[in-house]
Amino acid sequence: MTPFSQFAIFSAIKIICVFAVTMFIVAYAVWVERKVSAAIQDRHGPNRVGPFGLLQPAADAVKAFLKEDFTPAHVRKVYYWLAPAIVMIPSLLTIAIIPFGSQLGHQKMVIADLNVGVLYTFGIVSLGVYGIVLAGYAANSKYPFLGGIRSSAQLISYEIAMGMSVIPVFLLVGGLNLSQVISYQTGSIFHWLIFKCPLSFIIFLVAMFAETNRLPFDLPESEQELAGGYNVEYSSIKFALFFMGEYAAVTAASAMLVTLFLGGWTLPIAGLDRPAATLGVGILQILIFLAKMLVVEFMVIWIRWMWPRFRYDQLMDLGWRRFIPLALANIVVTALVLCLVVK
Amino acid sequence: MSVAFFIIALLTLLSAVAAMTLRNLIHCALALAFTFAGLAAAYLQLGAQFVGFVQLLVYVGAVAILIVFAVLLTRGREPATQGIFSPKWPVGAAVALGVFGTLAGLLLSSRVLHHEAAAIAQAPVRQIGEQLMTHYIVPLEVLGVLLTAALIGAVILAMHERESDSPPPSKT
Amino acid sequence: MNVGLGHYLVVSALLFALGLFGVIARRNLLVIYMSLELMLNAANLALVAFSRFTNNLDGQILVFFVITVAAAEVSVGLALIVALYRKRRSAHVEDLTAMKL
Repeated sequence: MTPFSQFAIFSAIKIICVFAVTMFIVAYAVWVERKVSAAIQDRHGPNRVGPFGLLQPAADAVKAFLKEDFTPAHVRKVYYWLAPAIVMIPSLLTIAIIPFGSQLGHQKMVIADLNVGVLYTFGIVSLGVYGIVLAGYAANSKYPFLGGIRSSAQLISYEIAMGMSVIPVFLLVGGLNLSQVISYQTGSIFHWLIFKCPLSFIIFLVAMFAETNRLPFDLPESEQELAGGYNVEYSSIKFALFFMGEYAAVTAASAMLVTLFLGGWTLPIAGLDRPAATLGVGILQILIFLAKMLVVEFMVIWIRWMWPRFRYDQLMDLGWRRFIPLALANIVVTALVLCLVVK
Repeated sequence: MSVAFFIIALLTLLSAVAAMTLRNLIHCALALAFTFAGLAAAYLQLGAQFVGFVQLLVYVGAVAILIVFAVLLTRGREPATQGIFSPKWPVGAAVALGVFGTLAGLLLSSRVLHHEAAAIAQAPVRQIGEQLMTHYIVPLEVLGVLLTAALIGAVILAMHERESDSPPPSKT
Repeated sequence: MNVGLGHYLVVSALLFALGLFGVIARRNLLVIYMSLELMLNAANLALVAFSRFTNNLDGQILVFFVITVAAAEVSVGLALIVALYRKRRSAHVEDLTAMKL
């Protein structure tokens, strides 16, 4: 077998596996969301389909496909069809560069080990705005339009804070490659970047909520004022795609957070922070990564049911007047410390 | 490689034509976003990963979306009664054609075309960073000042608007 | 057929000419702004192509500078256009000939 065809085959296998796992997580994130919200509000939550309602995601999918796909007469058709797809794609693309394990055999457990790693992520993430703006414009009515406008302003504002928050990380690591970031965090739990640049972690975490449109920053789709925002005019599977897009974005953002700040697939015990020598250790490291990611995702879901929504001006104020100056100061301080300590 | 180039070039040029000639401004802005994305793809194909993703991040992710935003804020639709081109558009077409002809003529007669593509360097991001911090440090600092000035300028524009909005309009 | 420097430069020249046409012929300020951006991008493409074919990173660094300047330009330029539109209710260049608001 030529190296190229080998590369192609292994890449295809990795892509299929990662896609399947992501879709599974997305489906069950909805179930977890409903169960958690039920527990918090002292209800039962879904419990009819299968044990503990575990088959609920499948039932929801069937329902979404079988419902009538209604297209209102006043919408702009092409954009109306494009928008749900565009919402889905960026989150799936960002997962491609995240190292989800060290190696199995000689295969690195990452789909694309790019040198410009995080630039790719931010480039792709910034495309996510289009889905929501197009949905708002396509609907051709006022609530979705307002939702779309709000979301584009919100996403662009928090993208800046998010991008600047990770610069100290890369100053410390000395490269943009995510595998490099992970190998920097090995050795001791205090090498994790959450302890080395806590401010970056906090800004990234908050910006992550804003970027994925989750409470407390879900202004684009606030049900009470905008009747659901940009997805008002959508029904059946197109509507479901917006929901899946949101959970896929949460999954991708959690994976990114784990990779950047929580050590990725490593654990600083029992040599689990070194590239795996055996197949068993390799699989264990993938499971460690998944476990960390799911903990972060659970926290995101939990917060949704604990916090009230911010007002729009508060959101913008927080982004532009608190986080961006903070992130800038963080960069300067980190650079100064590095300069003084390294010299 | 060549098939990919022709597809990218064709899509980029077609969307650029669409951006220059469509009536609905939203369509123009989205076509322009597509052109920017096509150029990012061309940069990646040329082995310029850093510039390619910066293009994606800044042009497609920020500039184009801000243009869309501005179009939505100004209710972007040209009135159907008026033409979208100014009355003297043939002059524009002639000038553009002339410029293209000059450029193409110069190109065909120049010797730069004989350069062969060099092997792609392994880690150009590091090299670009080093160049920026050593050889290009003065332009980099100037850019920093420019960005700060732009930031302050935008804030002042926004603040003026708020001030002029705040007194309630007198009823006549 | 081998794609060489010339192909990229022709695409770049075409994009530049299209942008120039847009700047001169269109009436809407926003479209003129878009055309300007297109011209900048055409120049960028030529620079990246030169950088690749002469094995010299200076072109890419220049493109980085151009992109940064464009980012600064968009923040002020669009703010001005939107502010102007709010005052005048028009974004056509022939309605914007007076030198004061």
